[in-house]
Amino acid sequence: MIKHILPSIKLSIISLLLFVGIYTLVVWGIAYAVAPNHGNGEVVQVNGKTVGYKLVGQSFTQPKYFNGRPSAVSYNAAGSGGSNKGPSNPDYLKGVQSAIDTFLVYNPTVKKAELPVELVTMSGSGLDPDISPKAAMVQIARIASVRHLSEGQLTALVNKHIEKPWFGPAHVNVLLLNVDLDKL
Amino acid sequence: MILNTDILEIIAIFAVTVALAIPLGRYIAKVYHGERTILDPVFNPIEKTIYKLMGIDPAEEMNWKQHLVTLLTINVIWYPITMFILMNQNWLPLNPDKIPAMSPDLAFHSTCSFITNCFQQHYSGETGMSYFSQLVVMFSMFFLTPAITLAAMAVVFNALRERTAGKLGNFFNYYVKSITRILLPISLIAAIVFLFNGMPMTFHGTHTFTTLQGDTANVARGPLAAFESIKMLGLNGGGFFGVNSAHPFENPNFFTNMIENIFHILLPIATVFALGFYLNRKKLAWMIFAVMTIGFLLLLVPAVFYELKGNPAITHMGIDNSLGNLEGKEIRFGTAASAFWSITATSSMNGATNCMHDSFMPLSGGMQLLGIMVNSLYGGVGTGILGFFVIIILTVFIGSLMIGRTPQFLGKKLGMREIKIAVIITLLHPFLSLVGTALACSFPNLTNATLGNPAFHGFTEMIYEYTSASSADGSGFAGLGNNTPWWNISCGIVILFGRFLPIIGAVAIAGILGNKIYLGDSAGTLVTDSPTFGLMVFSMIFIIAALTFYPAMAIGPFAEYFSMPH
Repeated sequence: MIKHILPSIKLSIISLLLFVGIYTLVVWGIAYAVAPNHGNGEVVQVNGKTVGYKLVGQSFTQPKYFNGRPSAVSYNAAGSGGSNKGPSNPDYLKGVQSAIDTFLVYNPTVKKAELPVELVTMSGSGLDPDISPKAAMVQIARIASVRHLSEGQLTALVNKHIEKPWFGPAHVNVLLLNVDLDKL
Repeated sequence: MILNTDILEIIAIFAVTVALAIPLGRYIAKVYHGERTILDPVFNPIEKTIYKLMGIDPAEEMNWKQHLVTLLTINVIWYPITMFILMNQNWLPLNPDKIPAMSPDLAFHSTCSFITNCFQQHYSGETGMSYFSQLVVMFSMFFLTPAITLAAMAVVFNALRERTAGKLGNFFNYYVKSITRILLPISLIAAIVFLFNGMPMTFHGTHTFTTLQGDTANVARGPLAAFESIKMLGLNGGGFFGVNSAHPFENPNFFTNMIENIFHILLPIATVFALGFYLNRKKLAWMIFAVMTIGFLLLLVPAVFYELKGNPAITHMGIDNSLGNLEGKEIRFGTAASAFWSITATSSMNGATNCMHDSFMPLSGGMQLLGIMVNSLYGGVGTGILGFFVIIILTVFIGSLMIGRTPQFLGKKLGMREIKIAVIITLLHPFLSLVGTALACSFPNLTNATLGNPAFHGFTEMIYEYTSASSADGSGFAGLGNNTPWWNISCGIVILFGRFLPIIGAVAIAGILGNKIYLGDSAGTLVTDSPTFGLMVFSMIFIIAALTFYPAMAIGPFAEYFSMPH
């Protein structure tokens, strides 16, 4: 053991310099030089003011905006978290039922069978930036009546925002959609 | 519905992984064999400098006991360093968000969990760890712990060669090469890919601004691109943020999700093929890969099926449940890819999550649990193949006795000592998981209030916690409020035993075998690379897992399943 202590200590110091020093600095250097926004995260700006991060969902509770998914941490991006409720938990199921009822009150024209499940279930991170195209469509009637816009106009806007990557589910970024909605 | 795009995505991820793992396995075998590779001109001078600074001779060979002493020495050095940093991060530099020091029991658990590659986390990264701790502790452990197990694996490979040898290479040499030639280059490439997919790489603290609807928002950031690549590649799995790879900064889109998911099982599969190339026994490698994959698929298919089907209790409420069980999942990954990830995470002992396991349907959560219970389907970096090696030894022993032959593996006779070690190692994991859970159930005043869900599901949370600790997986049913002295101390102890004893056992068996006379195979030897033997290994795994864990599965996931509407 004694024989291996000195090389092991030296190895630890070298490891620190190599991983924490050189490896991180190289990646950070590349990020600073060429990555979007110097590696600080892509921000979304309105009139030169930062209103959010493209990747990080934010709270949209007002009826005039497209609402995102419910969040266990109210979209606090300094403390991410899911609900961690089990599928048979009676409290959890009560919460889902009341989310359905609330949605139907605010969206009286939507039939219950059209309400997509993600609008009443909480995401894993509590910061999900996206909803499915269906979940955006079911909110159009409400927003049209609050904002006095035509439904056709809003449908076109949602269609413009549907991202269908070559792999992975189609989704709509709620923040980008709402930024454009404000411009209508 | 059956073969929709969701399923095709999963098949694609798996196919790409295997396609990459085979050449990588060949490369890994070359690295530990000391054969020439095209990157020698780059790595040789770097390694020479490291050896010179360390003052060691990489050609000086060690026997298996010296290897184990070296392995433990490195861990002993890092233990107090890690513990000190975690308990003093409040005043140490690089703490823009004023994160407080960890309590002693939390620091104990975290240290046990980090130096063992388990990375079970009883804190949430945004609020529990400063940038200094993330950098010095996490980055170091992310490289160190997989390198240690890869080196241990190289020792075992070396011992199984067709010869009689007590000297099995140099531990430091294997260790350094694992980092310079395998972990570091691949991580660097992946980190750059991640950067261009929007992953932040910054040392600025939390950003506060006003949202579109007029609320104040705080967004935590960090040096994520460099962090994620090695977190996934080295099967470390400790999240920078509390929700791990479900966080949009840790996993921005489906493409990064694919890469991270490939990394889950890339090295475990590659090391299986590396064994085949190293010993020139490719059929043996394919047999192992086939057994692992069949077991993996048996977990995967039910998990994906029940997640896509969604929660029947919610279907009964009359809404559109066609996207499946989305509680705890992200829209950009979807239900199928999240379920796939969760099974790769629990069969590979990575433990990084992109969704909340606690909110899975009873049987799909049960499949995750079964993955960490079985603990040998793909398995961790190096430890996966080591664990499987121990099971093969047991199977050879039982199989040979069944047909009345001398137990012999790769030309070496198996003796009583090896079998004793193999039996102890195999029973250790069920013992730690089940005794831990039994103790937790016996002290309801300490554990009851920490459960995140009532009834059967609450029991599953407890058994999952200990099984995850013992198998070094590190994922969790996160509803469990596990930052209490009870959970911190008991899980910390389980982690230490669950990690080091199996490594010591596997290296010891291989070392003892290496010292024995090489006999070669004869017509009377049990063939160990045939489908028949594969079936026997599979039965062995099934019997051990089924007999030891079935009662626990019955009280947890199965009972919850039968108590729900269908």
